[in-house]
Amino acid sequence: MRVVVDLSRCQGYAQCAFLAPDAFRMHGEEALMYASNPDDAQRQQVLRAAAACPLQAILVDQLKGRDAPVGTSPS
Amino acid sequence: MSTADTLQGFKRDGRVVIVGASLAGLRAAEALRDEGFTGKLTMIGDELGEPYDRPPLSKQVLTGWVPADGTTLPRRRDIDAEWLLGVPADGLDLANNHVRLADGRTIPFDRMLISTGVRARPWPVEAEAALDGVFVVRTREDAAGLQRAVAAGPSRVLIIGAGFTGSEIASVCRERDIPVTVAELAPSPLVGGLGAMIGEIAADMQRAHGVDLRCGVKVTQLEGDAQGRVRRAHFSDGSAVDADVVVVALGGIRNTEWLRDSGLAVGVWGVACDAGCRAFDLNGLVTDDIFVAGDVARSPNPMYEYRFISLEHWANAVEQAEIAAHNMVSAQADRWPHLSIPTFWSIQFGVNIKSVGVPTYADEVVVTQGSVADHRFVAAYGYHGRVTAAVSFNNAKWLDHYRRLIETAAPFPPPCPTPDQPLDAKPVPVDFPGPTLLAQGATVVVTGHDPGERRVTAMRQHR
Repeated sequence: MRVVVDLSRCQGYAQCAFLAPDAFRMHGEEALMYASNPDDAQRQQVLRAAAACPLQAILVDQLKGRDAPVGTSPS
Repeated sequence: MSTADTLQGFKRDGRVVIVGASLAGLRAAEALRDEGFTGKLTMIGDELGEPYDRPPLSKQVLTGWVPADGTTLPRRRDIDAEWLLGVPADGLDLANNHVRLADGRTIPFDRMLISTGVRARPWPVEAEAALDGVFVVRTREDAAGLQRAVAAGPSRVLIIGAGFTGSEIASVCRERDIPVTVAELAPSPLVGGLGAMIGEIAADMQRAHGVDLRCGVKVTQLEGDAQGRVRRAHFSDGSAVDADVVVVALGGIRNTEWLRDSGLAVGVWGVACDAGCRAFDLNGLVTDDIFVAGDVARSPNPMYEYRFISLEHWANAVEQAEIAAHNMVSAQADRWPHLSIPTFWSIQFGVNIKSVGVPTYADEVVVTQGSVADHRFVAAYGYHGRVTAAVSFNNAKWLDHYRRLIETAAPFPPPCPTPDQPLDAKPVPVDFPGPTLLAQGATVVVTGHDPGERRVTAMRQHR
């Protein structure tokens, strides 16, 4: 699955690191590091973390590759 | 047909081309569909593969936690686009409204968005830049190469340039206990973005983490061995350091060359546009159908005396993309200005550095709360007695407070909002290195005499 965190919104509440520790980790007291591509097995945890974020800064993929571009340019 | 009918027709089956398929381009495409655009949407990008996120490249990817090809951006919705990837745009014909690709194809449009961003500034000596072990970090291929080199346990990594990216890479290398030298021409790290006071703090932080920080020096030569691998760097003070990995972190070059003959107001500073993301032409007149968003855009900000500002910030790319998309499908009276206060973050040496506002737009700076020694504080920036920016070290929760101060033009220095007032809360000069952009020479000439004849012509730039 795909995840991006809007770190300009993130205020380091660390709810995500508590709820999905394999996908979100604190670096120092306040800085968040996250896995951009957590394993699908973590999906429920990651969704819970996204829902719990007080700043709603976590975006999880809303579709599953329906619209993915091909690897090379069509001509 | 009325203007409203024309706009409805365009929203229904018009053609939009987005040049630059990264964060700004993707978010603009999603916003266009959210706004009800059902016409043909074409995404043009010079890199293969889906749009991906770049900030993790110098952090999670470099540590090895996230693979370089693992930062593909999540999608907010289906965008039903035609993707033309792997071929850069090479020109824009405003007379016929089409984009020219490097392979000769032409793509027609009714409206287009320019979101071509920036690329890494390469090491200026080509033969030295080509040595094995010399890296820049902008694309996922760059990051993959550097990650492998760092994982191989180099004897020393030299980082040229102590801006945000260079400092983040130094931090990751020190976490892995790899010896690091950072060379910076300015008096301290981050000084170009945040001024001398924060620069001094950043320098202390780097040295406390074991970085061999050398400021006020220039790298004069990268020396390779017989196998073409970098092995040593020479400095302007006569010293040298042995390093088997060199990271060139000298900032970015805006991708505007393809627009050189387009008749738009482009240059090394980006593509000029109004606060609604509409591009200016060479004469400084606003265009109707060409929009700009992201790192490559340069727009006037009313909060900063309408100065034209370009920002290489993640949040700016997202916000501008949404404004541009809205305005592309809206009548003039319904258009939105891009008025959000800039925000930025950097994670290094265990500290979350964030800023709000434009720190370079300041004459004084003061620590308003917290403790510099503990690396947990906020510094406010002021210009002519009002608050224009704030920078926090591990104190991000307070930045919204400072954003409101900036938005309301609150007096500088602002009072401390908490009990942890620092003892030495006295404003000091902000002290940025001099403006370098003034030295770039003329970019245009004006010809003609009568107001109806006077026009601007672009000059060829010698770079």
